[in-house]
Amino acid sequence: MKLKPFYTFVSLFVVGAILVFANTPKISGYSHVENEVVNETKSDDSYNKMMDVLTHQRCMNCHPSDHIPKQGDESHPHYFGMARGEDDHGFEATSCNTCHQSENNLNSGVPGAPHWALAPASMAWEGLTRAQIAERLLDKNTNGNRSHQELIKHMTEDDLVLWAWEPGVDADGEPRTIPPVSKEEFKKAVENWFADGAVIPSK
Amino acid sequence: MEISLTVNGVLKTVDIADENTPLLWVVRDTLDLKGTKFGCGKAACGACTLHVDGEAVRSCSYPVKFAEGKKVTTIEGLGDRENPHPVQQAWVEEIVPQCGYCQPGFMMATAALLNKVPKPTDEDIDKNIINVCRCGTYYRMRKAIHKAAELQAEKVISESKEL
Repeated sequence: MKLKPFYTFVSLFVVGAILVFANTPKISGYSHVENEVVNETKSDDSYNKMMDVLTHQRCMNCHPSDHIPKQGDESHPHYFGMARGEDDHGFEATSCNTCHQSENNLNSGVPGAPHWALAPASMAWEGLTRAQIAERLLDKNTNGNRSHQELIKHMTEDDLVLWAWEPGVDADGEPRTIPPVSKEEFKKAVENWFADGAVIPSK
Repeated sequence: MEISLTVNGVLKTVDIADENTPLLWVVRDTLDLKGTKFGCGKAACGACTLHVDGEAVRSCSYPVKFAEGKKVTTIEGLGDRENPHPVQQAWVEEIVPQCGYCQPGFMMATAALLNKVPKPTDEDIDKNIINVCRCGTYYRMRKAIHKAAELQAEKVISESKEL
């Protein structure tokens, strides 16, 4: 009875050794595996930087899952009952542009950028995991039918996306927080992530 | 710099030092139209609501440079004593104002709503008329908005008969 743990250990060791040796690459293939590991790490790094931005309040507040825009770093529901409306621009006579113009207003603290609006409902990210956000981002059914190239252009050139790094001041005149990754780093991360195949790490 | 805009149907050119000056101050101080009110200065209360190209905007948060070449309508241009706008008429008939300070903004917001939704439901009103009245005249305003919709519909029918 006392030898049973010993035999169990030996059995596991032997099975493990067989698996390790069976999967050990030949010398000629070793460098290839090493490169893959490096690439995967680089891609993950790009992915993480990109996601650090996409999940920041400056982006997430306008990608709601409940059709209600959010405000502030604590992401409270937009004051005055504003909501998505029929066309992502609020309601018939009180729309986003009743208050938000094409640039930040430093007198009132009202933020603004060209085509200020909520992201379409299909692009709702609020409450999703990073992997789920990435899936939505890549899925043409939920990303506005954009190709990878169009996504790169949208994410690195669209004024409303890039507003995140120039968000102006709030109603108290305090500067809004910006994403934890610089604009240039974000752009590079987006380009690199797509160039590396747009791999979602959890997959 | 000079900015040209049409205010209540009249072309105006104003010489302004700072193009980011809120349209509200140009309307009130430069053009001497005092009906549009300053409330919060944060585009929150709606007392400063007027129309730019027919759309309701909060003029305290609207740089005058954006009004270049556009048509601005203030409460003075909505109607007058002899020919009140249906919204103004309804406001009188329902005796809406208490202190009255916020009412021009409400009336401009309501006029914009009726242009988009001629017969608004209570839900339409709740969604679109989100100005703030510290006297709490909301109940009377709701009645007046429905009344204004009726008056506007009658006016449209009457005008079409004249044609």
